[in-house]
Amino acid sequence: MKKPFVMGILLALAMGVMSQAYADQVKSLRGANDLDAPSNKVVIKKTQEGREPIARDYVQQPPLIPHKVEGYTINLKFNKCLTCHSWANYKEAGATKISQTHFADREMSVHANVAARRYFCTQCHVPQADAQPLVENTFTPVETIRH
Amino acid sequence: MSKINSILEKLKRPSAASLGSLLIGGFVAGIIFWGGFNTAMEATNQESFCISCHEMRVNVYEEYKNTIHYSNRTGVRATCPDCHVPKEWVHKIVRKIQASNELLHKALGSVDTPEKFEAKRLKLAQNVWKTMKKTDSRECRNCHDFESMDYTKQQRRAMKNHSVGFDDGKTCIDCHKGIAHSLPSMYEVDPSAVVGVGK
Repeated sequence: MKKPFVMGILLALAMGVMSQAYADQVKSLRGANDLDAPSNKVVIKKTQEGREPIARDYVQQPPLIPHKVEGYTINLKFNKCLTCHSWANYKEAGATKISQTHFADREMSVHANVAARRYFCTQCHVPQADAQPLVENTFTPVETIRH
Repeated sequence: MSKINSILEKLKRPSAASLGSLLIGGFVAGIIFWGGFNTAMEATNQESFCISCHEMRVNVYEEYKNTIHYSNRTGVRATCPDCHVPKEWVHKIVRKIQASNELLHKALGSVDTPEKFEAKRLKLAQNVWKTMKKTDSRECRNCHDFESMDYTKQQRRAMKNHSVGFDDGKTCIDCHKGIAHSLPSMYEVDPSAVVGVGK
């Protein structure tokens, strides 16, 4: 009865020491900052407006936005993106029209207008920026979509 | 009746005062009245005057504070009258006389709550758009002169759209709507730019 109890205590102590050791190695993306301290590296990324749109890296990737979207309002009564990218407006604006998939709701019934679940453009589409990968990696797009 | 007659009689005859003192007196009075009039008009052409009414301060002014005309990299600011009051004297006087209608609606409380303002927003915005269209966006052009624009220094999208737009005879407001204030609900104007089942 006594032995398992002692073993348990020892195990708990060992785990405590080990997790402490691992905690020292963990490096969060915001740097080694105290939780209540502000991040010391806040760099606002510049939108790359002049360059051609960055190609997609995987088939289902939402295309990046090749222009600034600062101040573009999207709310219940108004969607600045759709004033150029809707099917009614894209030709005159010379913009890309939104994909037909955006008209289907979650039951896959297709509406005559953009579905509510696809209405908030910037939930998936982000402006292209000079962003570097946060973690070093060897990802390459599949050959069939590579440019 | 006799008093009026005596005043009329006086006006019919030349004044007893010397011509010099009349001229100098008239000149000084002219400066005071004209200067006073213009100073008073300029006082109503200040942003602080515009936002002294809560209708402007809590609605359109708050919206404007998030836009590039309020805060930007070079620190050049366009205040309310820069866009909403013409610079040329005649046009300015006309606009100031029209503003008496705004005083009437201030007294009536037509937009004295955010809800009332929102209900009128489309109508109010369309009024401004119509005026801007009519004047070829005159107030924009006080600062943004398209003849001084260097298209090569503009972004790809701006370069293309500006040259096409100006060739088509478009004016600033045709595209640049809602750049300083929230836009009205698009349900009536452009249903393709709102969430809804469509029709």
